[in-house]
Amino acid sequence: MKNIIEAKGIVKTFVSGKIETPVLKGVDINVKEGEFLSIMGRSGAGKSTLMYQLSLLDDPTDGQIHVDGTDVLSLNNREKTLFRLNHLGYVFQDYALVPELTAAENVALPLLLRGIPQTVAIEKAIDMLHKLGLERQVKNLPSQLSGGEQQRVSVARAIIDEPKIIFSDEPTANLDAESARVVIDLLKDLNKKGQTIVMVTHEEEYGKETDRIVRLSDGKIESEEIINHQKLR
Amino acid sequence: MFDLKSIKVAWFLGYRQLVRSSWWSNLLIVLIMVLTFLNLVVISGLLVGLIQGASNAVKENYIADIIITKLPEKSFIENSPKIINIIENTPQVESYTARYITSGTLESNYKDRSNFDENPGRVSTIIAGIDPHKEDTVTGIKDNLIEGDFLEKDDFDKIVLGAFLLEKYLNIDSPGFLVLKDIKIGSKIRVDINGNTREMIVKGILKSKTDEIDRRAFIVDSQLRSMMGRDDNNVGEISIRIQPDQDPNFVKGIFIKNGVDEFAKVQTFEEGRPKFLDDITKTFNLLGTIISSIGLAVAAITVFIVIFINAITRRKYIGIMKAIGVNGKTLELSYIIQSLVYAIIGSIIGLFVVYVILIPYVDANPINFPFSDGILVAPILSTSIRVAILIVVTALAGYIPSRIIIRKNTLNSILGRN
Repeated sequence: MKNIIEAKGIVKTFVSGKIETPVLKGVDINVKEGEFLSIMGRSGAGKSTLMYQLSLLDDPTDGQIHVDGTDVLSLNNREKTLFRLNHLGYVFQDYALVPELTAAENVALPLLLRGIPQTVAIEKAIDMLHKLGLERQVKNLPSQLSGGEQQRVSVARAIIDEPKIIFSDEPTANLDAESARVVIDLLKDLNKKGQTIVMVTHEEEYGKETDRIVRLSDGKIESEEIINHQKLR
Repeated sequence: MFDLKSIKVAWFLGYRQLVRSSWWSNLLIVLIMVLTFLNLVVISGLLVGLIQGASNAVKENYIADIIITKLPEKSFIENSPKIINIIENTPQVESYTARYITSGTLESNYKDRSNFDENPGRVSTIIAGIDPHKEDTVTGIKDNLIEGDFLEKDDFDKIVLGAFLLEKYLNIDSPGFLVLKDIKIGSKIRVDINGNTREMIVKGILKSKTDEIDRRAFIVDSQLRSMMGRDDNNVGEISIRIQPDQDPNFVKGIFIKNGVDEFAKVQTFEEGRPKFLDDITKTFNLLGTIISSIGLAVAAITVFIVIFINAITRRKYIGIMKAIGVNGKTLELSYIIQSLVYAIIGSIIGLFVVYVILIPYVDANPINFPFSDGILVAPILSTSIRVAILIVVTALAGYIPSRIIIRKNTLNSILGRN
């Protein structure tokens, strides 16, 4: 399996006036194509910050990141936006659905950005929502959906355009156990079909269901645990 | 700058944000746009209309479409019969009225004055001798009667007075404005023209909001001619009404081609109307523009604040949309579209109010100013320019705040960090 993400010496330091707060202190991490990686650690360990660097939502203070063979830190903002559109999908902790778009319209948005006609994009979005068991919620606004339903819509939006990698930041943190299970199963199903997923979580139970766990502590990789040896061999 | 795909996505986002946001806030913004539009168009339109009303009155009541007057060095239009013949044989002419013009003195209290220390009620004014029927055909002068009746062709020793010759209609205590006191219909006044004095009965009083009419006295042309001792039929001025579809400049050209300008000055209404009206129109236009600009600035600031608050409260979602691949320009365009929709709907409603309601209403019920019947003037070209200005300013007012928010760091926007 080839590496789809190669990150070396990632440093992230937040500066507020004269105060510098190092959050990542030289992290080296690779993610293989088709891998389901979970990043774990205590609160403040730097796991979300690491995911933001890998997913092009933030720029590290130092280090190198290659995603799907592209040196992403050499891209300008416009190119990064395009790269995110073409290669990456996101599932956020608080669902992050656009409030004035219906479930179907939220899911269709990445397709529209690719220039797919609106009617076709909405049809595809409805199909996707059907697959995720949300056939009755396609016309609902986010405010009319439960937390679990919103997160499933968020996953649908992330995968509708078949991105190379899905980044998922604490996708179950705001959900009850039943809804969390549905979302984790959904991500596992996607991974079984070959989808690369990087998930930040603090829940050991869900981390154990991924292929590999990288544990962060104080801005450094503390340990690495391979769960699915067969796959990552 | 924007490709079709960006425009489609911007419309997709902007339209939904509009229709799924609070209808009350949408209604309020549109109302502000309508009021701004009305402020832009109506304030200056009324100010200009005030003067336009005065100008229209001069045209309707005095000049008509073309006026022929004496040359500066002459006291009447020489060869008037020949000129009238030319006018009568010009097919583009609908009607005309020829006026004998002279100065004279009107005296009111010549009977009651008990001693010579008492001021005589006397005014010097222009006296016009007219054919009552022709005058009414051209200027509709009868419509301006506020008391009594108008002259008939054989009304000898009867006179119609302009209201500004009478104290009760021009109550100004100034040596420069002499007026006749205690005049009513049926009163007798003494009319003196070149030492030729007649006692006449006041038959009617006119008020037209046109100084040239309201400061004049009118008697029938045959009597004035005899009092002036004129037997050459040379008149002082001729007002001409042309057919509605004719161009005054073209008709004027015909008169000049026939040599009328050898004996008289030929002017279209535009040339003959008082020049101060043009100056006041320009001044009022400027005044209207200044007032409108203040209104426009207020509307722009309102839209700016509305869009800014909208964008700042949606900052997280702006960040998320940027994260999933919506570029900043597309998001900015979605806000510009929202602003444009407000401005366009406001302008359409404003246009309806102005052209379908206000202008017909004010035309039918002119605003009664002391010196004019004010109308609402809103030429299409001028209004179009104002609509364009409103739309551009509103689009900018939507663009700038959205740009401020959208340019912020994507992750900071998502996480709500400053």
